[in-house]
Amino acid sequence: MLDLKLYMAQRISAMIMGPLVLGHLAVMIYAIQGGLSSAEILSRTQGSIFWFVFYGTFVIAVSVHAAIGMRVIMHEWLGLKGVTLPLFTWSLCLILLFMGARAVTAVTLL
Amino acid sequence: MQQTNINTLEVTVQRGTHDAPQDEIFQVPAYENQTILDVVSWIQHYADPSLTYRFACRVGMCGSCAMMVNGEPRWACRTHVNKVLDKNKMHIAPLRNLPVIKDLAVDMDPFFDKWIQAEGKHHPTQTRNDPIAPVQPETAARVEANAGIECINCSICYAACDTVAGNPDYLGPAALQRAWTVFNDAKNESKQVILDAVSGASGCHNCHSMGSCTHYCPNDLDPMSAISGLKRETAKAFFKGRTNA
Amino acid sequence: MKAPARAHPLWLAFMLHRLSGLALALFLPAHFWLLSLALTQPQRLDSFLQFAENPIVKIAEFGLVLLLSVHIFGGLRLLALEFMPWSHSQKTLAAGAVGLSLFISTIFLLQAL
Repeated sequence: MLDLKLYMAQRISAMIMGPLVLGHLAVMIYAIQGGLSSAEILSRTQGSIFWFVFYGTFVIAVSVHAAIGMRVIMHEWLGLKGVTLPLFTWSLCLILLFMGARAVTAVTLL
Repeated sequence: MQQTNINTLEVTVQRGTHDAPQDEIFQVPAYENQTILDVVSWIQHYADPSLTYRFACRVGMCGSCAMMVNGEPRWACRTHVNKVLDKNKMHIAPLRNLPVIKDLAVDMDPFFDKWIQAEGKHHPTQTRNDPIAPVQPETAARVEANAGIECINCSICYAACDTVAGNPDYLGPAALQRAWTVFNDAKNESKQVILDAVSGASGCHNCHSMGSCTHYCPNDLDPMSAISGLKRETAKAFFKGRTNA
Repeated sequence: MKAPARAHPLWLAFMLHRLSGLALALFLPAHFWLLSLALTQPQRLDSFLQFAENPIVKIAEFGLVLLLSVHIFGGLRLLALEFMPWSHSQKTLAAGAVGLSLFISTIFLLQAL
């Protein structure tokens, strides 16, 4: 059940995430060389405004994108409709936003 | 697919009404060069005169005989038995995504209602008193429009589409393709009216480009590309702030 | 009533895109929760990261990267299909290029593991 506004939000958040995902993949491939530890990660990301903005943007975009994607699946495959549909969409968006913001803060600002 | 010495076809037909469907099996003699329409007609003539089905031209021009054959939406008159036979069995059912009136006849009203809802109708710019405005056939817009104007409203694309199945309000490929042909018509005035009509909650943005419409269209039309065109134009209008949706 | 046969490539691409998106959406909250452990319980995070050296976890991680690659390249293909008025053969080429990129990115990942 997508109208023009939801569709554009979906496409635009997707386009924002394009470069962010590629960056994230590159970072992961680099980071996992020689094992992972929280100290290693945090020493690079703590206090970094760059990573805060990078992953902060990522979290906002993915919260919008995943919520709208799940909205479509809920409607087409589980028949969710009426007021429950936007309720579900917004709840998922806010949950992801909150958890993601916590994760970004934990890793960059602490 | 070779037919080896088959004398009798085992044909399962979904009968009954929308709320009470029921499969019934018929033994139909096999002939050379038999179509699904021949099979269904044989059943109605010789086995059970109460079988309800639609057909008209029987030569693949009108689209009236559209039905599900082994789960695929096809024209019965243009589907040869030997193309769909599984050993000697086949399954015939009414078109998907539309309410069943009886047996193989479906109610086409929702399909046509959406045709109108998508605003695929002419909005004239001139009156009969004005000189005829020529339309150049080679212009990009006209070529684009021509790609979709041979739709005969058979509803096969509508039956094939999984998005229609999951989203009963979705306008569907045929209605949206028509809207696109009118949008590209040089004589049509109200382009934004069309874009607004297809930008609502049941509009073109529900399409997932799965392409079943294009895959199954018996006239080789491409509703999926037409819908992509509508997406492009509505996005452009969105960025120009012209949308009323 | 049987559903329409769906062997055609565009439909498979659609289903792949939807399922990979669904899987990623379900994975995401777990991922966020784990990372936020750095805030509240860093030792727990560390012990999980040590556990993650296990080859089975590595395979699961590869699976996740695969899902992500499938989803994003499928998405790029969709954007091209919808927003570029390309001809059909150009779109086939684009699909081929996308497939190649996926292959290459997987190779790189295997190198990293």
